[in-house]
Amino acid sequence: MRYLPLTPEDRADMLGTVGANSVDDFFTDVPESARLSGTISGLPDHQGELAVERHMTKLAAKNRSASSGPFFVGAGAYKHHVPATVDMVIQRSEFLTTYTPYQPEIAQGTLQTLFEFQTQVAAMTAMDVANASMYDGSTACAEAAIMATRVTRRKKVILSGGLHPHYAAATKMVCEAQGFEVVQLPVAVDGENALADAVDDQTACVIGQSPNIFGTVTDLSKTADAAHDKGALLVSVFTEAVSLGLVTPPGEMGADIAVGEGQSIGNGLNFGGPYVGLFACTQKLVRQMPGRLCGETVDANGDRGFVLTLSTREQHIRRDKATSNICTNSGLCALAFTAHMTLLGGKGLEQLALLNHEAACDLADALEAVPGVEILTPRFFNEFAFRTPMDAEAVLAMLDEAGVVGGVRASRLFPDGHMGDVILCAATECTTAEDIAAYAAALKEII
Amino acid sequence: MTMNTQGRPTSPVSAANQSVDTVSGSKGLLQAEGLIFEIGTQDTTGVDLPTPKNRTGRLGGVARKQPTGLPGLSEPQTVRHYMRLSQKNYAIDLGLFPLGSCTMKHNPRLNEKLARLPGFADIHPLQPQATVQGALELIDELATWLKTLTGMPAVAMSPKAGAHGEFCGMMAIRQALVARGEAEARKRVLVPASAHGTNPATAVQCGFIVDEIKANARGRVDMESLKAKLEKTDDIAGIMLTNPNTCGLFETDIKEIADLIHAAGGYFYCDGANFNAIVGRVRPGDLGVDAMHINLHKTFSTPHGGGGPGSGPTVLSDALAPYAPVPFVVKDEDGVFRLVEDMEGDAKESFGRMVAFHGQMGMFVRALTYMLSHGADGLKQASEDAVLNANYIQARLKSVMTPAFEGYCMHEALFSDAFTADGIETIDIAKSLIDEGYHPMTMYFPLVVHGAMLIEPTESESKAELDRFCDSLESIARRAAQGDETLKGAPYLAPMRRLDETQAARKPVLKWTQPDANSVAAE
Repeated sequence: MRYLPLTPEDRADMLGTVGANSVDDFFTDVPESARLSGTISGLPDHQGELAVERHMTKLAAKNRSASSGPFFVGAGAYKHHVPATVDMVIQRSEFLTTYTPYQPEIAQGTLQTLFEFQTQVAAMTAMDVANASMYDGSTACAEAAIMATRVTRRKKVILSGGLHPHYAAATKMVCEAQGFEVVQLPVAVDGENALADAVDDQTACVIGQSPNIFGTVTDLSKTADAAHDKGALLVSVFTEAVSLGLVTPPGEMGADIAVGEGQSIGNGLNFGGPYVGLFACTQKLVRQMPGRLCGETVDANGDRGFVLTLSTREQHIRRDKATSNICTNSGLCALAFTAHMTLLGGKGLEQLALLNHEAACDLADALEAVPGVEILTPRFFNEFAFRTPMDAEAVLAMLDEAGVVGGVRASRLFPDGHMGDVILCAATECTTAEDIAAYAAALKEII
Repeated sequence: MTMNTQGRPTSPVSAANQSVDTVSGSKGLLQAEGLIFEIGTQDTTGVDLPTPKNRTGRLGGVARKQPTGLPGLSEPQTVRHYMRLSQKNYAIDLGLFPLGSCTMKHNPRLNEKLARLPGFADIHPLQPQATVQGALELIDELATWLKTLTGMPAVAMSPKAGAHGEFCGMMAIRQALVARGEAEARKRVLVPASAHGTNPATAVQCGFIVDEIKANARGRVDMESLKAKLEKTDDIAGIMLTNPNTCGLFETDIKEIADLIHAAGGYFYCDGANFNAIVGRVRPGDLGVDAMHINLHKTFSTPHGGGGPGSGPTVLSDALAPYAPVPFVVKDEDGVFRLVEDMEGDAKESFGRMVAFHGQMGMFVRALTYMLSHGADGLKQASEDAVLNANYIQARLKSVMTPAFEGYCMHEALFSDAFTADGIETIDIAKSLIDEGYHPMTMYFPLVVHGAMLIEPTESESKAELDRFCDSLESIARRAAQGDETLKGAPYLAPMRRLDETQAARKPVLKWTQPDANSVAAE
């Protein structure tokens, strides 16, 4: 077994040192009826690299990768180009195979990159501070809601009708488990500022999203003012981090907490995970934040260094009084994010955002020209919703036959809604003019 | 090229043993490296993108006002930045990483290679299910392995890490109580004092109240204390118990504990963080467990990545399976794999959705690759070797250190600080290990042992490597027993000396700011 260094002689020798007859001696605390003899049946025995590689390659071959043709699926995960350097960085053994940096003297590599990550996320969201990452955008959203109830000591959370339904579901589940009331506003393509009318003096926070699930970008300043008037917080959500290069960021709208998905920067699609949740807030809320924080300090020589800090918020110190139960986060995905951002810089991010917007504009122009297509999203960044004269599922299936993965049917995300004829689609810097032409041509054939 | 025609010295000249201060701040191969904000510029970018047309027509004016101001680095600068930083990290690929409870085992490179196949890495969670049948099949295959190894009938795959898996299991318990109409009455969850901090934090996050139970002198659950807690049963939701526990011991009375909890009307949540000690030897399903998360990043070798990502599939008993979170994969009679994403039909009793999409696919690929590589036979051998290695360390060190409990351990050896002289603390021993070229053991955990030192070697170490480690730790332990004050200054040979955590927390500086701007101090 190639991963096990002990030889049979080593094992015998070591058992002698320990004073045991066999490894069975170590398992005598196991109730006798639960001791297994022999090998568990129904599973194969060990295999060499080649055999394993063959098996896995066969499974991979049954999937259609996003790069294999025109591809327009977004709705919370996006196909972007990741520079080769990023993958080199995250495959460095010193980053890949190390633990959470609890021993800062031998973890400055991880700690400094986290400090840089926090600084980048704070700047991109225009917030005061950011943490060292959460699992993903949806769980970051749920944590933001809980944090708002803690800050305001109120029990009501209001979700916009444009919040990604998976984010809404995850948030609702977490809040209701703790006895908080969740108000979900009706699904709306362009209704983020309806939050301003819904907020009352019982509200802990309102949660709005820009760009929202339909791609609509909204200035939430009005909602922020309304929330603050009632003593509530604004949680501002995004699922497309590249939008921060072009679209009004949470901090410029008066958000108290900004949460979002960072997958778009440095991370692949990976069928939904692992991703990296971004979490930022205003300075005065720092001590209520969930998750790890990296801070600057000095060592015994007075040299600058970094450590995990404010851990009295966290489960390993505060146990049942912790701000969250999160322990492991998305360290390596955060590293991919920060390495990609280091390559991009603010200037590169802005360029990338413009290229995304322009690709989506070209796509919208092309689809709009197809008779029967109605673009529903009034203002967008790189994704939008459109209505077809036919059932969306049928349209997507026919597009698929034409080699075009045309997007997500809205009914997959909103099964109770009346959106059977709506398709959500996205374009990025990976989208070519040929891809767009192929989409428009195929759609014209179908409808 | 170095020519030697001028009589250049070819043997070292004897010199005083002195430290050298450098202008650059570098120490030979260990290069000094500033923050990207200090070395980059706002005009630099390390990617070549097409020039945009600056068309923002469909944005409706919802545009960013202030630029981010973030610097960029060219590609060579970027590569060096991360290379230099990486060399300040310890890693399992560099040496033994005996962090108890964290299971730092070898992370096979084959896992990394296969996780990067475009058919896994480059597929979207919402593309049509007909185009991702291989991905759904992989999830189903991994689920089969997990169910078989644990002897449990169902598994929820979407939890993102161990604590998220705990949340999944406890929510399933909560939902089962809701279905019984007892969710309001049954709020009390028993948690041993030795538990991971995530356990009580999770219980509270699910709306439960934590009731702590004591450990006995053998490091196991104190049955008298447990029975006393169960005198009143109508408010019991369940118990959260780690097994093997955080003292590295198998809970001898585990079946009785399960029976008592079930008789009280509660459920048994097992924290599976230490499942790596018993894979192939014991199936938690045979112990009366109702829910258990499995840390793929511990037991099944997916890399820790400096703090994640993890993955925490959670196996469920028949009693809890109906309440599993969405989404999950089912295989229809025609052999087609299908995602159940909505709370209807197969999932009408589900407690809901925990997360966007379907779980940590990238980790699933790595874990399944590892399982297939090891096979059922190799996984069992791996557990046995992990336990043997821990016992070997305990045996080699028990004469100089103080084992916390008598008898054999499972996959980790636990010592108290009883052997140290006054003034020498666990942290001094831990930091001294750094100078010897090792990552410290887990320290001050579990809380039930004073100055705890929890050493988990895993199965990835050779006997020679273990001996080298034991020689180092034995020497440090002797010095600690003698009160060697030099230990208090360790580490001396690491990239940095001991860092001031108190200062970091008192005046938190959580991001870089322009030196002339006000520092980011909280309150």
